[in-house]
Amino acid sequence: MQTPAPTDYVRATSVDDALAQLQKYGDEARIMAGGHSLIPMMRLRLARPEMLVDINDLDELKHIKIEGNEIVIGAMVRHREVLDSPILFEHYAAFRECEKVIADPVVRNRGTVGGSFCQADPAEDLSALGSALRGTVVIRNAQGSRTVPMREFHYGPYTTQVEDGEILTEIRIPIRPGAGSAYEKVERRIGDWAVASVGTFVVVKNGVVEDCGIGLAAVGAPHYSAPEAEAFLIGKEATEENLAQAAAIAADHCDPASDQRGPADYKKHLAKELTLRALRRSVQSSQGA
Amino acid sequence: MTAVEEVPLSAAGNPIGFGNMKRVEDQRFVRGQGNYVDDVNLPGMLHSAILRSPYAHARIKSIDTTAAEALPGVVAVITGKTLEGIPRPSLLGDNFAWMPTLSYDTQAVLATDKVRFQGQEVAYVIATDRYIAKDAVELIEVDYEALDPVMDAKKAMDAGAPVIRDDKGQTDNSITDVHGNKTWESGNAIGTAEAIEKAKNDPNCVVVTQEILYPRVHPAPMETCGAVSYLDKVTGQLTMYTTSQAPHAHRTVYAMVAGLPEHKIRIISPDIGGGFGNKVGVYPGYVLSVIGTIVTGKPVKWMEDRGENLMSTSFARDYHMTGTIAATKDGKILAVDVDVLADHGAFNGVAQPTNYPAGFFNIFSGSYDYPDAHCKVTPVYTNKAPGGVAYACSFRITEAAYVIERLVDCLAAEIEMDAADLRLKNLLRPEQFPYTSPTGWEYDSGEYEKTMRVAMEIAGYDELRKEQAEKRARGEYMGIGISFFTEGVGAGPRKDMDILGLGMADGIELRVHPTGKAVIRLSVQSQGQGHETTYAQIVAHELGIPPEDVEVVHGDTDQTPFGLGTYGSRSTPVSGAAAAVVSRKVRDRAKIVAAAALECSPDDLEWELGRWFVKGDKERGKTIQEIALLSHSSLELPEGVEGHLDATAVYNPPNLTYPYGCYICVVDVDPLTGQVKVRRFIAVDDCGTRINPMIVEGQVHGGLADGIGMALMELIAFDEDGNNLGGSFMDYLLPTAVECPDWELGETVTPSPHHPIGAKGVGESATVGSPAAVVNAVIDAISPFGVRHADMPLTPANVWRAIQGNNVRTDMAVE
Ligand SMILES: Cc1cc2nc3c(=O)[nH]c(=O)nc-3n(C[C@H](O)[C@H](O)[C@H](O)COP(=O)(O)OP(=O)(O)OC[C@H]3O[C@@H](n4cnc5c(N)ncnc54)[C@H](O)[C@@H]3O)c2cc1C
Repeated sequence: MQTPAPTDYVRATSVDDALAQLQKYGDEARIMAGGHSLIPMMRLRLARPEMLVDINDLDELKHIKIEGNEIVIGAMVRHREVLDSPILFEHYAAFRECEKVIADPVVRNRGTVGGSFCQADPAEDLSALGSALRGTVVIRNAQGSRTVPMREFHYGPYTTQVEDGEILTEIRIPIRPGAGSAYEKVERRIGDWAVASVGTFVVVKNGVVEDCGIGLAAVGAPHYSAPEAEAFLIGKEATEENLAQAAAIAADHCDPASDQRGPADYKKHLAKELTLRALRRSVQSSQGA
Repeated sequence: MTAVEEVPLSAAGNPIGFGNMKRVEDQRFVRGQGNYVDDVNLPGMLHSAILRSPYAHARIKSIDTTAAEALPGVVAVITGKTLEGIPRPSLLGDNFAWMPTLSYDTQAVLATDKVRFQGQEVAYVIATDRYIAKDAVELIEVDYEALDPVMDAKKAMDAGAPVIRDDKGQTDNSITDVHGNKTWESGNAIGTAEAIEKAKNDPNCVVVTQEILYPRVHPAPMETCGAVSYLDKVTGQLTMYTTSQAPHAHRTVYAMVAGLPEHKIRIISPDIGGGFGNKVGVYPGYVLSVIGTIVTGKPVKWMEDRGENLMSTSFARDYHMTGTIAATKDGKILAVDVDVLADHGAFNGVAQPTNYPAGFFNIFSGSYDYPDAHCKVTPVYTNKAPGGVAYACSFRITEAAYVIERLVDCLAAEIEMDAADLRLKNLLRPEQFPYTSPTGWEYDSGEYEKTMRVAMEIAGYDELRKEQAEKRARGEYMGIGISFFTEGVGAGPRKDMDILGLGMADGIELRVHPTGKAVIRLSVQSQGQGHETTYAQIVAHELGIPPEDVEVVHGDTDQTPFGLGTYGSRSTPVSGAAAAVVSRKVRDRAKIVAAAALECSPDDLEWELGRWFVKGDKERGKTIQEIALLSHSSLELPEGVEGHLDATAVYNPPNLTYPYGCYICVVDVDPLTGQVKVRRFIAVDDCGTRINPMIVEGQVHGGLADGIGMALMELIAFDEDGNNLGGSFMDYLLPTAVECPDWELGETVTPSPHHPIGAKGVGESATVGSPAAVVNAVIDAISPFGVRHADMPLTPANVWRAIQGNNVRTDMAVE
């Protein structure tokens, strides 16, 4: 049994209460959501917070709803609920495809959207999808809330704009009528983190790409995104050649590191191949819409 | 699918003999009522934790334990220095800092001079709870002087390579076995070399050479290793609850290591949560828990965590093999030669019979009929964890089966012959048995072609090849892989096989109570194999007692006779035979008692299941239960015949048994991502008589999952600095249900002629046979890209690289 270092624990009753607790314990405190990233790190003694602020009781963070032309996902929504959500599926089938390949049912039953974004693992799937969809993130502190574009949210691996004493409360995703979306991932085994993964959306009108988004995980794409490829594709015909060209540009933009999941050249190749596959299917489902 | 003859059923509905029966032990396992070592909690028990080396190779300059000792709750902190100070009154070195390995090498209990692999034991903390022990471990300060590590076995013998075992006065990293040899050869060196040379010069022949790595993997049992030790200072008795596949062998080792008399040591292996060979070795942690109780006078628990298990306990394989196969162009195999570089890690801790320094690797000549085979195995030290025989490998038969089955496929590719046809052309024929292999094994029985045809039939082999051709034309890559393997299991004949001098025969005891209920006491140790069911069925088969009336006692050296334990698929071949033999002794005694009761001569009696009766007068007879009571009664027995029915036996196998099988795997490969999907897996095993076919199938299912794991994902690689890259389940991937297809099993039954019930053992068959089938299938799928071989694990990245023509060393860090 792996044993964490000494720690203390408090269970927040509201977002305000959680913020007060965080304030009280300062940088020794850590929020605990699903605990599926934090607790493994504590057991390996890679993380040793002195105080855990448990936010599992915060019902105010458990919604998936539509507000205006945005889908709003509360930070405490579990992977499992994203997987099953008819609202998300209706607007972006990619959410379901993405969740299907995140971890396993046990992890999905506990792990949360907020935890995933804040963990900011370079191989984090939801972050790639959120980046592809150019969503925003709402962060709250004692002074109030601020909204941050997903593509500015992450400073780099494991670091985000969420400071000590702050909570991520929601994710907001713009609705794009007629968008098709898809998610592609290669993993060594079910439940493993991505060797590479790509989420895309495309809005096609009269055969022309009106809008698109590309998000990539685990391949060293800054902010999980590929803006040059998107810029290339928007306004072009949705042909196989153009999609392939966009995929190649996306891959060029990536700077993956070799590790036991695979060498850098392979990951770069996957960035291209998976982008192409995701774009293809996004185009198909967009035209179908 | 079962080919078991009809047997009567007991009142409880269980077969009185062989047949499917639900496992008795599952009653408690599925209810969460198993009792594992970590469930053992003794009054006053202390907990412990080990400080392990972050370096693969470093000199220890100093260790400061002051802060750890000052932490409230810490009872003792022990270092190698402490152990050096404890004199040992035994043959094996003069202090406790070192212990013997199962291969006559020495291994540090706690490092004194140097650390030699990442994860090596450096200090030991005993505390009032597990958390405090771990906290204290972090407070120990060790000053290391880092040394260059040897991480590549191929460079271990380079001039100027850092010397790992300077403690033994070595000047290089060679390993000398107990016989004084630095290499181990088997087979016909000259004949094989000549046959290969001749083939090279013959236009009608081909010679194919292939480098084949079986990388380092780990058994990774669900339950990690651990022990609770308690030395009762009043009685002088050491009781040890421990995760051991071989309680009796371990007791003897502890007697040697601790200098305690054997009769004062009691080893209890309660329920064991998987072993796969991981629990054969004696680890420093076990020894430390013994030292812990000696030092504190209290029971001490040591239970390693997952990372410790993966990084420090017995690994498996790590064989760098170069195979050469010579054949005629129309596919008749002529000779095979294999040269092996064996990476044994920092201490030679492999567990295998003394006369077999490379285990039974020399069974690599396989299932085929050809005269000349030869192998040479050279072991070396590296800065990796010691061990080296674990993981359901049947003493290196896994490596052997893999190398020959890969070579046969390489040959098939070279001569453009169908892999099934090539095998069918070369398989041993039934009339050749008993067959003496070119390396000296005597295969007991087999009808190989029959088994292969059953597998091809289930697979629909010809249709599969048709489907493959159609798909290839469409640019889809499907592969079909075959493996035909032969194992030699059930070690073994005493004249030839021992471990640390302990001959590999098994004792057994059978008691029959007055009411006819029986207790059978075994030396072998179940880790999930279902012994409590199988052994009751063997007694039932021999005596006609319902299996639920037979209690199977195992896992406690005070309650069971001596024997060498469960590994190498030896339980059924050795102790299973002992169970039949001891039951027959009881039956023979029962005959005398029955004759006395029936007032006839024993020669007039005839046996039917559960009953002796008078020949020609079926009504006049006594059931075994009646006889049991009579044997305890005042009935007068013939002169010299003792009362009661209890019996003991020691079974010394005359030969190994030779289970075999044919496996066929079907995969689909996405060449653009390198992903492999195992679509079908057909496994036809012949393990002789099947005692409980359901248990046999369960063993096969588990082994097939292992095989898919090793072929596709399991790996312990190291980087140049000596970091273990497989030290957690995030990095050491085990297959899940998703990667496993619905297994399609079949069977043939060719009993072993020398085993009392004809059973051959099946615990490792699937692990031995399946990796080659999976790899052969993947290579077959991507052969249109010109690929003839790629090393395991065939992760998406490695498959893709193979397709790019860029095969890499999978045992090193990915670059
Ligand atoms: C076996 C396994 C496999 C996995 N595989 C995948 C995979 O394939 N793909 C993938 O994307 N993920 C994977 N994950 C990660 C999984 O999705 C995690 O659950 C997720 O990353 C973290 O969510 P959590 O709610 O458990 O966060 P926690 O572990 O509770 O928290 C993670 C971090 O975020 C902080 N935090 C959490 N919530 C908030 C908040 N609202 N505001 C501010 N800070 C917060 C915490 O303080 C902590 O630092 C895997 C995890 C496991 C255990």
